Amino acid sequence: MKLVTLQRRMARAVMTPLTRQERMRPRTAAGGSMRAEAAAFIKPNDRLTAFERLEIYNRQYWFRLLSSMIEDFAGLQAVLGSERFERLCYAYFVDCPSRSFTLRNLGAQLTAWLQKHPRWLGTQPTLALDMCRLEWAHIEAFDGPEAPALAPEDLAEPGSPDFRLYLQPHLQLLSLQYPVDDLALAINDSAGDNSAAASNAVGERRKRRRVQTVARMPPRPIFLAVYRLDNSVYYRRLQCEEYALLRAVRRGLPLARCLASAFRGSAMPPEDRPAAIEEWFHTLSRLGLFCRQPEESDLRS
Amino acid sequence: MPPVDFFTVAGAGGTYPRPFSSSFFSMPANRFNGFTEYGVGIGLRVPHYQHILARKPVVDWFEVISENYMIDGGRPLQVLDQILDQYRVVQHGVSMYFGSAEKLNREHLRRLKALVKRTKTPWLSDHLCWGSVDGRYTHDLLPMPYTFEAARITAAKIRQVQDFVEVPVAVENVSSYAEFHLSEMTEWEFLNEVAEQADCGILLDVNNIYVSSRNHNFDPYDYVNSVPAERVAQIHIAGHSKYQKYILDTHDHPVIDPVWKLYARALQRVGPTATLLEWDDNIPSFDEVHGEALKANRFLTAAAAAPLAQAI
Repeated sequence: MKLVTLQRRMARAVMTPLTRQERMRPRTAAGGSMRAEAAAFIKPNDRLTAFERLEIYNRQYWFRLLSSMIEDFAGLQAVLGSERFERLCYAYFVDCPSRSFTLRNLGAQLTAWLQKHPRWLGTQPTLALDMCRLEWAHIEAFDGPEAPALAPEDLAEPGSPDFRLYLQPHLQLLSLQYPVDDLALAINDSAGDNSAAASNAVGERRKRRRVQTVARMPPRPIFLAVYRLDNSVYYRRLQCEEYALLRAVRRGLPLARCLASAFRGSAMPPEDRPAAIEEWFHTLSRLGLFCRQPEESDLRS
Repeated sequence: MPPVDFFTVAGAGGTYPRPFSSSFFSMPANRFNGFTEYGVGIGLRVPHYQHILARKPVVDWFEVISENYMIDGGRPLQVLDQILDQYRVVQHGVSMYFGSAEKLNREHLRRLKALVKRTKTPWLSDHLCWGSVDGRYTHDLLPMPYTFEAARITAAKIRQVQDFVEVPVAVENVSSYAEFHLSEMTEWEFLNEVAEQADCGILLDVNNIYVSSRNHNFDPYDYVNSVPAERVAQIHIAGHSKYQKYILDTHDHPVIDPVWKLYARALQRVGPTATLLEWDDNIPSFDEVHGEALKANRFLTAAAAAPLAQAI
């Protein structure tokens, strides 16, 4: 057997989802005997069968992936419940096995995959999807690239019709239906409260109550900037016009067209707009969210 | 590719707190071990960030997991830079997968090289294992079949990495829980074959040797006595977890006596060598981890005073 053949067979077995009892499945995905498959390439020893030796790796694979996903998507887990979240992870990794050398990217396809497979989103699909998008945005903002902030000399010709602004690559813009930013912070607080005095069960009940409170709210448009400042990640609510402006900037449109986009269909009285624009630019500049044109390499993530 | 010489890239330079007298170790032990004076390091782990940055404890060197810092920005890189200002750092990877049959991942290599430039690591290590196939990653250190084909593929990839990152590479033996019908040699023969063909260093993990020896019923001293002493660039020590039918390499306990004895035997053959304690789960206080690591000094001092032993 060639090396690549052995590795394909072993990887296929290792990546097979576990049973509900967290053991290796007795059947392969193709319906064959997993015992026979393990014995075909793994030696038994005086204490363990080939199946049992392979099972150690099978369990390690799933425990590692599940613990990483729980760390990265604690909010989604709280919204769906632990059992449904675990089943979702199994289904996700069967369809989208990791194609990155780093565990950091495990959830990179999760939002898109959930949009294609909404049956995994539970009884509150919009809330769950919003939380998933927020948590992935958090990861991107946490360690995404940072370009040099915009300096006064970079604004030499702001009046030019082609003048463009650029946003920090780590800045993520989200259009949501539920206040998952508040919910994520509350869930994190609950996790932090799990001291010796507060058992896991109490923490779980607290999380569930918070999720239920948000789930009962009627959906409404919420616009959010997720960004990094001084190496901490922040969430900032945006007005819908400010969000539209930033989306247009991100698309690389000239500033004049960005401003036009911001107020298309807006209910904001025209006389209030200059002050609003001034305030947005002042705040965004203070937060360092405008930058020089990022290098191609900065945009890969 | 010309043979990589650890001497030519040795020496992180600067003045570092060194509690362990370097006067013992003025002569490098071998071509791949120009760091006899490095002493005892520990892994840089998130729960210890605050303690290290605030208290600035005296530590010979830190080992960093390369993948944790192969990112574009943010707090991990800020912390790394602060550590680099004050300590010597050596990179250790967990996902190069030299033994995977597929080609090396170019993005991985590019990011690794950028990090090497940042840390100025004098050498870097990764595992003698596989973990990906057809572009799909298991994120585990899977055992190799000990075949000549696997040795040839693995050695070629180690050479490619050394060429690309331009620092010497040391390959680490892993703990394993399975053996393959396909194997044509012992694990230590495979390690020697790969290291010879790649002309690379060896990161000898004596805890992994102990764990695998118990899981596969071999004498760990046969392994230690067979490793080419002249290629050992670094040594790992760690704790593990014992189950009823096997031992798992969990890095969540102190080092047990049989592993210290194996370490002592390795030092008898290799001479004083940069040593690192791995503690990755249920991580106790910084002082507890560092205290456990510093137990290695007793063995290093003894090794420095004794002539090198031959393989038995």
